[in-house]
Amino acid sequence: MTTEILGVIITYALTLLLAWPLGKYIAKVFKGERTWSDLMAPIERLFYKLSGINPKEEMNWKQHLKALLTINLLWFVYAFFALLFQDKLPLNPDGNPGQTPDLAFNTAISFVVNCNLQHYSGESGVTYFTQLFVLEFLHFVSAATGIASLIVVLKALKDKTTSKLGNFWDFFVKTITRILLPLSIVIAIILAFNGTPASYKGKDAYVSLQGDTVNVSRGPAAAMIAIKHLGTNGGGWFGANAAHPLENPNYITYITEMVAQVVLPIAMIFALGFFINRKKFAYVVFSIMTLGMLCLVIPTIITEIHGSPAIAHMGIAQPTGAMEGKEVRFGPAGSAYWSILTTIISTGSVNAMHDSTMPLSGLMQMLGMMVNSFYGGCGVGFLNYYIYIIMAVFISGLMVGRTPEFMGHKLEAREIKIAALITLLSPFLILAGTALSSFILAHHPEADWAVKPSAWLNNPGYHGFSEMLYEYTSSNANNGSGFEGLGDNNIFWNVSTGFILILGRFLPIIGPVAIAGLMANKKFIPAAAGTLKTDSLTFGVMTFAVIIIINALSYFPALALGPIAEYFSMH
Amino acid sequence: MKRYIFPAVRLTLVLIVVLAGLFPLFIAAVAKMAPGKGDGVTVMHKGKVVGYANIGQKFTDDKYCWSRPSAVDYNAAGSAGSNKGPSNPDYLRTVQERIDTFLVHNPGVNKEDIPAELVTASGSGLDPDLSPAAVEIQIPRIAKARGVAPERIKTLVKEHTKGPLLGLLGPSKVNVLQLNIALDDMQ
Repeated sequence: MTTEILGVIITYALTLLLAWPLGKYIAKVFKGERTWSDLMAPIERLFYKLSGINPKEEMNWKQHLKALLTINLLWFVYAFFALLFQDKLPLNPDGNPGQTPDLAFNTAISFVVNCNLQHYSGESGVTYFTQLFVLEFLHFVSAATGIASLIVVLKALKDKTTSKLGNFWDFFVKTITRILLPLSIVIAIILAFNGTPASYKGKDAYVSLQGDTVNVSRGPAAAMIAIKHLGTNGGGWFGANAAHPLENPNYITYITEMVAQVVLPIAMIFALGFFINRKKFAYVVFSIMTLGMLCLVIPTIITEIHGSPAIAHMGIAQPTGAMEGKEVRFGPAGSAYWSILTTIISTGSVNAMHDSTMPLSGLMQMLGMMVNSFYGGCGVGFLNYYIYIIMAVFISGLMVGRTPEFMGHKLEAREIKIAALITLLSPFLILAGTALSSFILAHHPEADWAVKPSAWLNNPGYHGFSEMLYEYTSSNANNGSGFEGLGDNNIFWNVSTGFILILGRFLPIIGPVAIAGLMANKKFIPAAAGTLKTDSLTFGVMTFAVIIIINALSYFPALALGPIAEYFSMH
Repeated sequence: MKRYIFPAVRLTLVLIVVLAGLFPLFIAAVAKMAPGKGDGVTVMHKGKVVGYANIGQKFTDDKYCWSRPSAVDYNAAGSAGSNKGPSNPDYLRTVQERIDTFLVHNPGVNKEDIPAELVTASGSGLDPDLSPAAVEIQIPRIAKARGVAPERIKTLVKEHTKGPLLGLLGPSKVNVLQLNIALDDMQ
């Protein structure tokens, strides 16, 4: 067990070690300073020329959002039709069928918004064409969308008074050419050399040692698995995701994939400090996020190492902890660490089945997604945290009796209204969704859908309720992991989560960009003796308290019906 | 809107070519130099492919080291865990049945020594490994079925135990397929 804990600690340390220089580098790229990646400039110029884009054209916050929403809408339409007709398109060696309209709707949205719920299984529900030309493509561009929108906000925070916030296409393209693509190449090669398939060959068949005939799904998976982690997307090549021994063959790939998914969210926080030249502010944000992460990780690791009380009751040994849904090569500590990091940073790739983890671990995973900003998804993590900061500034302002200010700009009614709406949106979507599905389950169990409501749940009682709560929490957080026992490939789940995915993605991007844009337009007020110091640890703790209060008030009743009730029923 | 739609369409086309076309092709080309040439690493025995190094197989015969239970019965055309919750009564009954079956096939084993991984399904349903303890507990059965001394098998297991990465990181494990091939070769 010692080596397993050590593995987790070293993995996290390695992440920090890489995130620091990466953050510095990202800040330089978007400040326009010289870096090694200037050698990509000719390629970028070619992209702009082919696309008819002038990357020097300054945009205000509204123009940024228009560009962002237009291209996202386009991707959705493209993805929807490609998935619908994938059986008629090339690169389908396994002869997989086209998706149903409701599944294609859900899958297309899910990948456009960086969520990757995956109501299908990778081996049979998609083709090599749609895996690469739709899903893997969206892995890149949805991650770049998140980072580009964060850069817009940082631009607004950086300048004293301005409406010129750079060019969206420029941020977007540079994110891909200078961050995502070079790193993905390195990660994909590491994976390929450790046994992850990368060729375009279809299914293989062989006779096993004991004489069974077995098929093995394969395909060009290494490229996709690299960007799915780096871009905090999470949608895997195979159904079992990163628990699959071809997606994640050994402990080297475990460390690689774990570092890959956490490095950008952390690097973005450091980049923020360098970019707006407020390093202390960034360190405080990083410390609070890390504190939140530890509050979730430590209890989960302890719980999983202790094993299942129900299995202990049967009188057998659990020297390697709770093993249902886990792989031997990762063990309970490595799986517990992964399960929390993947939920707090919105990746949603799994190396163990969350549905089979202990109730307390499930609780922590859901809390990670509810807060959604302890590091958070790449780019959007800080945008979520920014909303919490605005709330904390507002409440602190009320407490000291001054007009609240943040980074030299007055925070007024309009900004607070937007922040409050975004804050209330998450609990509304999660709880209304769960209530609706519970209602249908209770009152229309025999409704004639692809999966009848009476067959939705893989587990009875409190755990069944958790499966539904988890699904909507994951959709709203754009996470994509699931309590996968849920029978979710039917019109009810495909459509209801589809709409929550859209709202849970774009409103939390539009809100912060609008607030930052509105504030950047206002007069700059130099800091004075009475100004609230937002880069102090005190203010950091204040933000942490706001996060806890908002989330506890919003979710405690629902969590009490699910994981908390299950915990007490088992102990 | 109109101002953005044309650049959006053209940029999307360019990026599809680069990110979905060229990038995976490049990785596939580099992977030609990797073990298995990017097709997955296969395992040969007596001139035949008998499996993939990283994909677990079903072993139910007493003379083989058993793999973990699997929700997909080790058919690697798919992959999945059981997704059973820890308090599910049906699931707990299944685990109890597995314990009983194991005790029938392994007389002399104390129930409290059975490691949980031998009676719980893995995340992928294709777990290729077992912990050393889960292999050791099967040694008396395998030795009896093959009519060899348990010590010989013990040495074999030791040879096939892979310690933590660099001796420091992660769990120890035994690849079940490799071990069973070695068992077949022993005689």
